Amino acid sequence: MAEFHSGEQLLQLCNEKNLSISQIIIENEMELTGLDREQVVSKMKDNVLVMRQSIKKGLEENIKSVSGMIGGEAKKMRGYFKEHQPVSGNVMADAVSAALAVTEVNAAMGQIVAAPTAGSCGIIPGALLTAAENMKATEEEIINALFVAAGIGNIIAQNATVAGAEGGCQAETGSASAMAAAGIVEMAGGSPEQAIHAAAMTLKNILGLVCDPIAGLVEAPCSKRNALGTANALVSADMALAGIQSIIPFDEVVTTMYKIGRSLPCELRETALGGLAATPTGQRLQKEIFGK
Amino acid sequence: MKNYSSFDILGPIMVGPSSSHTAGAARLGKIGRSIAAEEIRHVTFYLHGSFAATYQGHGTDKALVAGMLGMDPHDPDLRNSFDIAHKKGIGFEFIPINMEDAHPNTVKMAITSITGKETIIIGSSIGGGNIMITEINGISIEFTGQYPTLITKHIDKPGVIARVTTILADYQVNVAFMKVYRQSKGKIASMIVETDEGMPGEIINNINQIPDIKNAVIINPV
Repeated sequence: MAEFHSGEQLLQLCNEKNLSISQIIIENEMELTGLDREQVVSKMKDNVLVMRQSIKKGLEENIKSVSGMIGGEAKKMRGYFKEHQPVSGNVMADAVSAALAVTEVNAAMGQIVAAPTAGSCGIIPGALLTAAENMKATEEEIINALFVAAGIGNIIAQNATVAGAEGGCQAETGSASAMAAAGIVEMAGGSPEQAIHAAAMTLKNILGLVCDPIAGLVEAPCSKRNALGTANALVSADMALAGIQSIIPFDEVVTTMYKIGRSLPCELRETALGGLAATPTGQRLQKEIFGK
Repeated sequence: MKNYSSFDILGPIMVGPSSSHTAGAARLGKIGRSIAAEEIRHVTFYLHGSFAATYQGHGTDKALVAGMLGMDPHDPDLRNSFDIAHKKGIGFEFIPINMEDAHPNTVKMAITSITGKETIIIGSSIGGGNIMITEINGISIEFTGQYPTLITKHIDKPGVIARVTTILADYQVNVAFMKVYRQSKGKIASMIVETDEGMPGEIINNINQIPDIKNAVIINPV
């Protein structure tokens, strides 16, 4: 059996079976669905394909969201760092432009992979696929890293939530970033312990972030928070690979994230009644978009 | 504790921008089309709560129509659904309403088929693209569309349920969940059977031949 309900259990399974996190997650998936390894891997390949297509589309086409609030920022970012040395470095700028691209495609009713949600769909393609390109990872390593990401998201979904309406933005972009960070660590040759520490640090960095979408739409500030989540994942992955550990264990961070989410007032959980949505500009935009 | 599939977490592949407002809406439309089970002429969508407030910005309207046309939530053509419906001569309109205690993302779909038959379905998008159908033609029911689902309209009499489940057993179809509803004793009743295996077309023919079964349809997972 490869069933797991916490980070600790997942690590225990890795140690007992002497397997990487990705191999445990793949075994669990096979047990759960009755599919064989090839079928499970092929489903993940479909996800990679759509993630890559959405990055390309967002970087090459002229995108405008349904409301018109966002679109074109990914291209702007890509254009900027082709011309200038980006302050945060090439990999970071590349990852951030990819993340913006995917969120813009999403907001324009294009095809994306919910990862774990549509609102946080830019982070895993942005951070993980860009890191993969930079370290010249093989397709197999990329697929494995995505299974690690799915495993981390699974533990968060089991013990907390990945929905902004329940837990705020920390639950959506925070989960996506933690998932990406752990996947990147395994892809870079880090240990299962390091991957879990990366996830813990990423989630800790974003605790308390509210969900306050302008006009209630998955556009602003969502797109830019995907950019931040991408940076968070890359920074935490590097810290974990350097041997830095999270002082609070991953499972306790996950429970804390959930408790914080539940204690957020409903105005700050995807209702568009508080935060940036309630600012004079947010209110004006809402009126312009919906005419009320 | 629930053990999720990796593809519940990394997935679904969908057209944005929102799993609940777009992907869920497309699934609700597609289920509506299967339940109506006839070619569609016109649909009135009554939108409640967050669906009513943000349907244009989230493409909920386009997704509902796309579902009615049989499109999946990942279909890139979803955003062109209005044009496609116009070309096919299918009419549609959206009316915001207040349904009191309903889930914030709820739609009531009044479907008119080309034969003039009216089907009224109420369903909600309950998060992450998951849905719940809560009413068909005035009968309160509950099913998610995640499993192959058999829906019957029958007379509330002893033995009807047994005859249906016998046919399922004959075809080696396992019942995962089952609920029975009725308006009052001996009158019109309804049965919702969610199964693990898909149900071949013969099953529905056999079930429709049972006396006291008024009508039975199979809804495939969407």
